[in-house]
Amino acid sequence: MNLGLQTAFYIASAVLFILALGGLSHPETARRGNAYGITGMALALIATIFMGDQVQGAGYVWLGIAMIVGGGIGLFLAVKVQMTEMPELVAILHSFVGMAAVLVGYAGYFDPSLALSGAAMVIHEIEIYLGVLIGAVTFTGSVVAFGKLKGIITSKPLCLPGRHWLNLGLGVGCLFLGSIFVGGEHSGGAIFALILMTLIAFAFGVHMVMAIGGADMPVVVSMLNSYSGWAAAATGFMLGNDLLIVTGALVGSSGAILSYIMCRAMNRKFIAVIAGGFGSDGGTVAPAGDGEQQEYSPETSPDETAEMLDNAKEVVIVPGYGMAVAQAQHTINEITRKLRDKGVNVRFAIHPVAGRMPGHMNVLLAEARVPYDIVLEMEEINDDLPETDVVLVIGANDIVNPSAQDDPTSPIAGMPVLEVWKSGTVVVMKRGRGVGYAGVDNPLFFKDNTRMLYGDAKASVDAILSNIG
Amino acid sequence: MAMKIGIPKEVHDGERRVALTPETAEKIQKLGFSVAMEAGAGVGADFTDDAYREAGVEVVEDVKALWANSDIVMKVRAPEPHPALGVHEAELLREGGTLMSFIWPAQNPELMDRLKERNATVLAMDSIPRISRAQKLDALSSMANIAGYRAVVEAAGQFGRFFTGQVTAAGKVPPAKVLVIGAGVAGLAAIGAANSMGAIVRAFDTRPEVKEQVESMGAEFLMLDFEEADDGSPNTGYAKTMSKEFIEAEMKLFGEQAMDVDIIITTALIPGKPAPELITSGMVESMKEGSVIIDLAAEQGGNCALTEPGTVAVKHGVSIVGYTDLPSRLASTASQLYGTNLRHFLTDLTPEKDGQIAVDMEDDVIRGATVVKEGEITWPPPAIQVSAAPAAKPAPAVAAPPVEEEKKGKNMGGLIGLVIGGVLLAALGQVSPPEFLAHFTVFVLSCFIGYMVIWNVTPALHTPLMSVTNAISGIIVVGALLQVSSSSGLVVFLAFIAVLIATINIFGGFYVTQRMLKMFQK
Repeated sequence: MNLGLQTAFYIASAVLFILALGGLSHPETARRGNAYGITGMALALIATIFMGDQVQGAGYVWLGIAMIVGGGIGLFLAVKVQMTEMPELVAILHSFVGMAAVLVGYAGYFDPSLALSGAAMVIHEIEIYLGVLIGAVTFTGSVVAFGKLKGIITSKPLCLPGRHWLNLGLGVGCLFLGSIFVGGEHSGGAIFALILMTLIAFAFGVHMVMAIGGADMPVVVSMLNSYSGWAAAATGFMLGNDLLIVTGALVGSSGAILSYIMCRAMNRKFIAVIAGGFGSDGGTVAPAGDGEQQEYSPETSPDETAEMLDNAKEVVIVPGYGMAVAQAQHTINEITRKLRDKGVNVRFAIHPVAGRMPGHMNVLLAEARVPYDIVLEMEEINDDLPETDVVLVIGANDIVNPSAQDDPTSPIAGMPVLEVWKSGTVVVMKRGRGVGYAGVDNPLFFKDNTRMLYGDAKASVDAILSNIG
Repeated sequence: MAMKIGIPKEVHDGERRVALTPETAEKIQKLGFSVAMEAGAGVGADFTDDAYREAGVEVVEDVKALWANSDIVMKVRAPEPHPALGVHEAELLREGGTLMSFIWPAQNPELMDRLKERNATVLAMDSIPRISRAQKLDALSSMANIAGYRAVVEAAGQFGRFFTGQVTAAGKVPPAKVLVIGAGVAGLAAIGAANSMGAIVRAFDTRPEVKEQVESMGAEFLMLDFEEADDGSPNTGYAKTMSKEFIEAEMKLFGEQAMDVDIIITTALIPGKPAPELITSGMVESMKEGSVIIDLAAEQGGNCALTEPGTVAVKHGVSIVGYTDLPSRLASTASQLYGTNLRHFLTDLTPEKDGQIAVDMEDDVIRGATVVKEGEITWPPPAIQVSAAPAAKPAPAVAAPPVEEEKKGKNMGGLIGLVIGGVLLAALGQVSPPEFLAHFTVFVLSCFIGYMVIWNVTPALHTPLMSVTNAISGIIVVGALLQVSSSSGLVVFLAFIAVLIATINIFGGFYVTQRMLKMFQK
């Protein structure tokens, strides 16, 4: 029972967590980073369970059962999950952190061992209140995000009339209940206020994510990531535990930065994304064209595409969510290999918001064993596109939409996009003649150097693969 | 009744091109037109009358009848006095007929009047708007491309040495050094041709944004050691008149290059103005014996002070080629490309493919090219609303100032935020116990560490980042562990559940991160 040693372990584990995140700066150091993370976690658990005097007697039994069951479930989920389902897994894991924060908050409130008074008491109660609030929003928000990603809940934004007022009302309600709770007696009114606030926070989490559309999911997922961190940090304050505070702050700022990166990639304000309803404001967004009847670019066939790829020197593949849906990444890798063996320089261009979570496409391509050094970011490859012979766009739309640059009235104006239209030929694989998520017409589909390849992406790439000699 | 297209022989002295080749004529008939031509019209471009007959073209001996019977006349050069008949070609055009050729309406007001009197409809190939949709009709680019290529061929003909460097048994030959001034279509074509012949090519243009194109063609782009003050004028995509300092720097560069290079090809034109004089007689004098200057701007007065339009002048031992008919010197290819431009234009004019042209003045491209419509002068056209690429360029320039303002606003906001934050912090310090402040310090510092560390994460690893932060936010388990031995049954129960779900996070998060990271490989 050595509290000094426990603190030392906590410091070590905090440092290891920082190293774990730092390791992610490069794929080669990332695995070592993950090992640091695991070590840090192990140290933290050992220190908490065996070195303090907080865990005693029957507690060991309870935590033993809980950890075995929880660990089993966690490993099972992690082994089973498909790479295309990563966003769902991440979302549901966020919800667990949120729920845990709520539970720990309640437990902390009911814990009879703490006897505080005065300002310390007030601060302690504020900490509990905040921890539960953030945890509850994270929990239901993540559950709804999970449902949307899984397709159980429609990915269309749900726009209740006056939803901003509703949100404001919920927020004011939480503040009011907070004023009752803090400083109240540990019975009756205060407990009621805490429970009512939890319910309101649950409702708020649901409503907030329901109002956000499918393609804004990268922002939502990273935002919930951030919330789960802040929830952990609030819990740390409540318990006076620095390790929780450090970890929570790390995770919180990580999620916040990711949200910021995602918003910047869509040229949108964070508040606007969270307020939701994009692509549906003011009813329907009219097609962005000048009303002029244009003809779609000519159709092409898989064998023609294969021939184009065969004859090209520089090929860039732009994957989008459609590739994930069609599970086409393995065939894409086969095509890439064949072409590279023939000396064609094939590279991948990844837009920051391609897919449903940050880095989604990278993981899918990595799963298909595409070497990571030919998978490039938008800024890295945009300048090379004019010298590219063929660009293959697979299930992506808004991220290659030239009207983001040309048309100041477009809803996506100013969003950085991959300038694929500057290349020799663009082959767009598309399910049908529809508009993208943002409801914006894509002038790319009308350009002279664009060829349309309609049909299921998987079937199309399979056909292309069989036609590459 | 299908319209008849007539192809007269070009009458300009030395002109060898012809408006349609047998191939393009055959394709045009598929649009429903019938085509007739003057006997021998294609000879200069190596197309025999028989080749035309095979393509279904009627060959007519009588020039006047050809003009009179044609609904549409296609030519290369603008109409001019017919030397054999002694009449102006515009007079030969049928009353109310249609003419497609180069016109240069700005330089030829008198010709415009003649055409107007004929009640003609005139489509000027030089007035087609240069927008992306009209690229395949752009005869100016086609001809400039040929001129650029031919310029190199002419230079090689005048130049007494190899273009490419060689080390032979009989000794070493250094490669020729070529300087191309002006990187428009002609300049780029010249760079490409000279580069493929093995010469060392350098190029200069007043527009630094063409650097990439120049380098992609294999030339070194010469930069001026000079900062042009940005006057904020919108980028029109054309070379604009430069400041005095700029021109001085430019001339200094040319002076240095003249002493070094063997061949100079100049293509600098400013629309609507005489060509700028870039190579002074002093520079010519400083060039090595046997050097060559090809002046593609000869027709507009020339970029070289000593250019004599139409001929080769040898001054100070330097051959200065001032040919004004370079495309015509590559007549076969020039006719083929020009004919294809005409064919694409005709396709646009014949939406029904029934051999009837419809001059749709709503169409930006057709509107721009139509300089006379049924006896009405319709030149110059109203400024068209350019849709694609050109619009993109001014946009950033226009957008720039507001962004700056926003930034300023943000800075101000940041300052206010800092002040408010400071005040709040001081207030917090007043009321809260020291223990809380210690934790708060840790929290704030951790946020900053997190901020620094996360910005270094490569975007490719954002998904593993999220799953690993998922795992470590399972650290909340520590909170639950501290409560699991409580004396209160309710607390134990809550803590139990919390430990369970937080452990799911720890194990699930770390394991799935491990799985993903294993996949990332070179």
